[in-house]
Amino acid sequence: MKTTNPADWKGILVVGEITNCRLQPVSHELVGKALQLKQDCPAAGEVSVVLIGSGIAAAGKEMQTSGADELILVDHSQCALFHNDLYAAILKNIIEARKPSVVLFPATARYQDLASMLGIRLDTGVAAHCVDIRINETGDILAVVPAFGGKVLGDILCPAHRPQMATAKPGIFRPGEAKPGHTAKVSAFDAGGVIAETMGKTRLVALDAASCAVPEGIPLEKAPVVVCGGWGMGSKENWQLLGELAGMLGGAVGCTRPAIDEGWMPDESSMIGTSGKVIRPKVYIGAALSGSSHHVCGMKDSDLIISINNDPQAAIFEVSDIRVVGDAKQVLSALIERIRTIRSA
Amino acid sequence: MGISIAVCIKPVPDPAHYDKIKIDPVKKTVVREGIPTILNPCDKHALEAALQLRGPDGLVTVIAMAPPNAEETLREALAMGADAAVLLTDRAFAGADTWATSYTLAAGLKKAGNFDLILTGTESADGATTQVPAQLAEWLSWPHLWNAVAIETAGETALKVKTKAENEWSDYQIGLPCLLAVSREANKPRLTSLMGVMKAKKKPLTVWNRCDLDVEDASLGMPGSPTQPGAIFEPEMGRKGIVLSGDAEEIAAQLVEKLRSAGLSIETGDTCAPGGAGV
Repeated sequence: MKTTNPADWKGILVVGEITNCRLQPVSHELVGKALQLKQDCPAAGEVSVVLIGSGIAAAGKEMQTSGADELILVDHSQCALFHNDLYAAILKNIIEARKPSVVLFPATARYQDLASMLGIRLDTGVAAHCVDIRINETGDILAVVPAFGGKVLGDILCPAHRPQMATAKPGIFRPGEAKPGHTAKVSAFDAGGVIAETMGKTRLVALDAASCAVPEGIPLEKAPVVVCGGWGMGSKENWQLLGELAGMLGGAVGCTRPAIDEGWMPDESSMIGTSGKVIRPKVYIGAALSGSSHHVCGMKDSDLIISINNDPQAAIFEVSDIRVVGDAKQVLSALIERIRTIRSA
Repeated sequence: MGISIAVCIKPVPDPAHYDKIKIDPVKKTVVREGIPTILNPCDKHALEAALQLRGPDGLVTVIAMAPPNAEETLREALAMGADAAVLLTDRAFAGADTWATSYTLAAGLKKAGNFDLILTGTESADGATTQVPAQLAEWLSWPHLWNAVAIETAGETALKVKTKAENEWSDYQIGLPCLLAVSREANKPRLTSLMGVMKAKKKPLTVWNRCDLDVEDASLGMPGSPTQPGAIFEPEMGRKGIVLSGDAEEIAAQLVEKLRSAGLSIETGDTCAPGGAGV
C-alpha cells in the first residue's frame, strides 16, 4: 500500500450524475457541500465538477451556475450508457491529472460503485454514505458515517492517502444556491484515448438503452408529505389507507422492508432507510412501524414527525414530535374521514 | 456442464437487534453484547443465485474473512447447499476497512481455486458500505456489476445480467470470470432443511491465516487501511415528543391542527411555500 504526500493534492472535485440525459439533483447537493467546505477552509482550493455522458450540454449549462469554479465535461457517444469500467477509467485519468484533495460522489447505485472502484485504482480510502463532512484548517476532511443502520455514527478520516473520497446519498446535503451571475469555467475532457484503451480490454458490454420505470405520483424524495407504513398495518386492505391519506395531502407513500416482503409494496423504490431512500419532507407520518434504526436513518430529518403505533415502547416514538399510541387503522381512517368532512363543508 | 462459483459471506450482528446497540461511555467502543450473529441477509441471495447457476457438475464455495467463531455461519451456508467453505481468520485482519478487507479476500479467493464467477450480496447489514464487491473485483482485475436482479447464461463464457439502479434497469453482457453483487430482488433464498444441516457437518471447511495467503502485512487490518476511524457517537434526535390522547376521532381532530400548523392546507391538500414547520 502506498501513501501519498497530501501537500501535492489541492481542490475539491464533485462527480455529478447524469441519468437519462438529466442532471440528478444529488449533483447540486454535493456542490452545495463542496462550497461549504471551501468556505470553511479557503486553503482547500477551488470546487470543480465533472459530468460524464453523451449529449450533456444542457446538463452542463445547468451546472455552470451552481457556484462551482470549474466544470469538466466528458461528452462522448460511448458514454451514453453507464459502463462502470469505462467511467472509472475516465475518472481515474481526470483525478490523476488534477490531483484534487477531496472527491465527492453520489451514493447512488452507479456512482457508489465508481467510488469503490477508484478506491482501489487510486489506492485510497472511501467514506461510504456520509451524513456529514467537515474540514479542518489544513484541508483534512472528517466524514461522519452511520453504522448498524444509523444507531451509531463514526468519524472516518483518511490521513495518509489522497484523494480523500466520500459518498453521500441523495437528500443528505442541501443544494447550493444557484448563482446566475457567476459562471463556472468550462473545459472538455477528450475521452477518446481512455475509451479506446478500456473498450479494447473489458469483458463488460452495456446492452440497449436503459429502461426507466417512472413511478406513479410524486417522487418520494420530493413529496412534502410522506405517509409511511410498517408491518403492523396487517393487510393489503389496511395498506390502502396510507395511499388514500397521502393522496389527500398531496404526498407519497413510503414503507419499511416488511411491507415489500408482504407484497403490499411492489419493490424497494419506496423503502425509506439506510438501504433505501433518505427523505426530509415537511411532514412524515409513520403508521404501525417500529422505528428500527435502519428506517430512522432515512427519515429523522423530516420537519415534523408524527407516529402512530399501538406499542407505547416503539422506538419510533423516541424520534417523534407527535406520538399517537393507538391502532393505526382506526386513527388513519378517522383522520381521512375528518379531512373529507372538512372538504365537503 | 457446471461452473465453479465462490460466494463471499459475512457473519453480522442480527439487524433485528440493532436498537440494543450502545456505546460504552468510558471505552468509547460499540457494545453489542447479547446480539446474536447471523449470516448477513443479503448474502443469502448471493448464495441462492449460486445454487441456481452452478449446474449439475458445478461447485459452490463459500468464503468469509471473519473471527474464528464464523465457522458456525459457514456451516449454515453449507447447510443451505454450498459444497465447501473457506475461513480467512487472523488477528492481523481485524479492523480492516473495505480496502484491506477486499485485498485479503482477493488473496483468499486466488488461493482457493480457479473460480468462473464470484457472487456477493450488495451490502452488509452492519457497515452497509456496499464497497467490497467492486473493490474485490478490482483486486482481481475482473469486470463486475452491482445489484444484479436477473442473471442468465449467455453461452459458455458469458452471462447476461440485468441490474437495477434506483428506478432504472440496465442490461449487460459480462464475460467470465466476473463478479456480481446480487440484489435482494433477484430471488427468494431457500430454507435450510434438516438433511442439509446433517450433510453440512461432513462438508470440507478450510481455515487459513495470514501465513497461508500471499499478502503483505502492511496491507492488512486496521494498520493497512487507508481510512481510519475517529470518534463514535449516537445520533441526536431532539424531538418534542408530544403525546396525543383521546379516541380515534379526537386524535384525528388534533392531527388536523398539527398538519395545519406544519403548513398544509387541509381544505385543498396544498403545501404553503414557506410554511411554519413548528408543531
